[in-house]
Amino acid sequence: MRRGRSLGRVGESTLLRSLLVIVVVGLLALGLSEVITPYRNTQLATGAYFFAVLAGLTILAGLGGKISLGHGALMAVGAYTVALLVGNEHWPLAGALAAAALVSLVIGIPIGAAASRLHGPYLAGATLALAVGLPALADKFPATFGGENGLVLNPPTPPSWLGSNFSLERWEAWICCAGALVVLFVLYNLVHSGIGRSLRAVRDDSIAASLCGLRVGRTQTFAFMISAGCAGLGGGLLTVVNQLAQPGAFPLQLSLSLLTGVVLGGLGSLTGAAWGAALLVFLPSWTNDLAHSFSLSTQVSFNLPLAIYGVILIGAMLLWPTGIQGGIASLAALVRRRLPASARLRVDSGARPGHR
Amino acid sequence: MTKFIDLTLSGISDGAVYAAVALALVLIWRATRIVNFAQGAMLMITTFIASAVINAGASYVVGFIVALATGLIFGAVVERVLIRPVEDKPPLNAVIVTLGLYTLLVAVAGMIWGNQPRAFPAAFSLQGYKVGGTTLLFAPNDTFIVVVVVVVAILLALLFRRTTLGLQMRAAAFAPEVARLLGARVGRMFTLGWALAAVAGSIAGVLVAPSVFLGPNNFDPILISGFVAAVLGGLDSPPGAVIGGIVLGLALSYVSGYEGSALAPLAALVILVIVLMVRPGGLFSVARERRV
Repeated sequence: MRRGRSLGRVGESTLLRSLLVIVVVGLLALGLSEVITPYRNTQLATGAYFFAVLAGLTILAGLGGKISLGHGALMAVGAYTVALLVGNEHWPLAGALAAAALVSLVIGIPIGAAASRLHGPYLAGATLALAVGLPALADKFPATFGGENGLVLNPPTPPSWLGSNFSLERWEAWICCAGALVVLFVLYNLVHSGIGRSLRAVRDDSIAASLCGLRVGRTQTFAFMISAGCAGLGGGLLTVVNQLAQPGAFPLQLSLSLLTGVVLGGLGSLTGAAWGAALLVFLPSWTNDLAHSFSLSTQVSFNLPLAIYGVILIGAMLLWPTGIQGGIASLAALVRRRLPASARLRVDSGARPGHR
Repeated sequence: MTKFIDLTLSGISDGAVYAAVALALVLIWRATRIVNFAQGAMLMITTFIASAVINAGASYVVGFIVALATGLIFGAVVERVLIRPVEDKPPLNAVIVTLGLYTLLVAVAGMIWGNQPRAFPAAFSLQGYKVGGTTLLFAPNDTFIVVVVVVVAILLALLFRRTTLGLQMRAAAFAPEVARLLGARVGRMFTLGWALAAVAGSIAGVLVAPSVFLGPNNFDPILISGFVAAVLGGLDSPPGAVIGGIVLGLALSYVSGYEGSALAPLAALVILVIVLMVRPGGLFSVARERRV
């Protein structure tokens, strides 16, 4: 464990370690956005906002033991908050994004309070109703939310000090990556804090945890709030990339693809959320290419990603419930067992995927 | 006042459909303690098959029977192939599998039949009854819907209460180990429960398709309503499911009649949350102990 004094200290302090992770990931994203095409930059931005949502969702599912199918609707809350604040109130984008996270977080409180008393299929059904019901509000109040057509958001302009030929796509990628890094920072510290341990205790045995003095309901509501805030921020970032907030962007399928993302990556793992985000970004374009090369009809190619999500959800649960990150972890464990004890690194136990 | 009567009548007819879906969910819950979120997609597929049969020139009755038969097989196959491996796993796994099945079926239906909703024939006239010069919002087809659902509910009640098979199914659901020791084929009873549930779902699909149209996503609200109705009735009791369905049908009919149909799914959510908060076991539940 002791590998030099200073390095050891960084390894022991969660805050420092998370800052190190943020800086490294941030620099990587910065460099990546420099060398890739505008189209790839849009994909980077998309991946970043999906990561923000999936990270919140995977913490809720893996640590909180709660499943939510309503995060698509919470993304819609964030998206409309940004569109309204920037469009009508002329807020700066950063402020509007923070407000989007905050509004979703506040909306997450009553939902989370309800969720903390529900479990398994009851919670899934209730959040499913949320995913179907909430976007319909845009139709109910067309004057505010623009009905089916939604609200248009003017694209953000890159600041002048970045130079005149700095592309919009790259600027959007920067904004989304910044948002994703904030989420990563908050969640990384949360997972490794006392709250994270309380969440795991409550998940594993809620009655035993309450006998130990943990406030079960409050802990779970808190987890839901945080993940709702992440979803709101992700939805706000989605509006920045799409320059549009409309009900059609948040169908039930979005919530189901989010679920696929966290299940594939492995429940409870932040790295797993990155895998999931990559899947959600690349799968639609891959299937599109596939449909082109096999000259499939549009109605087949349009539905192909959805079919693959379905197969992944079923296949992962039947064959490989720990997801990609769980697979990597068990591989790593296999390797570690063959190494001498002195060379072993401390690896965080993380969440047990697939657990209630 | 006329509006109120109209809304009440159409609420009863909607509620009958919700009751049928709720019955399907309850049958599966009783058998395997799983909520089948793929129910809406499964009944969508069987209704598409009925539509294809009718479009090929067969009569409505043949289409209906084909839907029921495919539902029966479909339910049994799904239980055997997909659900059996997750039955003894944490509940979240089963939830994710049924959601995956939902996603897959919706995509497959879109690939085969396209995403544009299409019309589906009704068994009887959709023209409302005329009483003293005013046309009621209740047509002969609505009578047909209510009668069919009532008959299904009665048949199920007879099956569970009056037959040995029904007794075995109840025993398998209540205490699988003991039932197995006493000679009940527990696995088969689970499969049968899923198959019967899929039949009830297919009936609901064929009944409701004329009014919601037939498309891959058109039955999502029906599934939500069916789920809420089932929870209202306690998820465990078939009579509760029927009563829950009718109550919810009336409530949603009033909400969409007076406040606009966009609010109906949210109203269902509010009702669901209130019921789960106040009486988590449904309206007809008794208190249960918690185990550490």
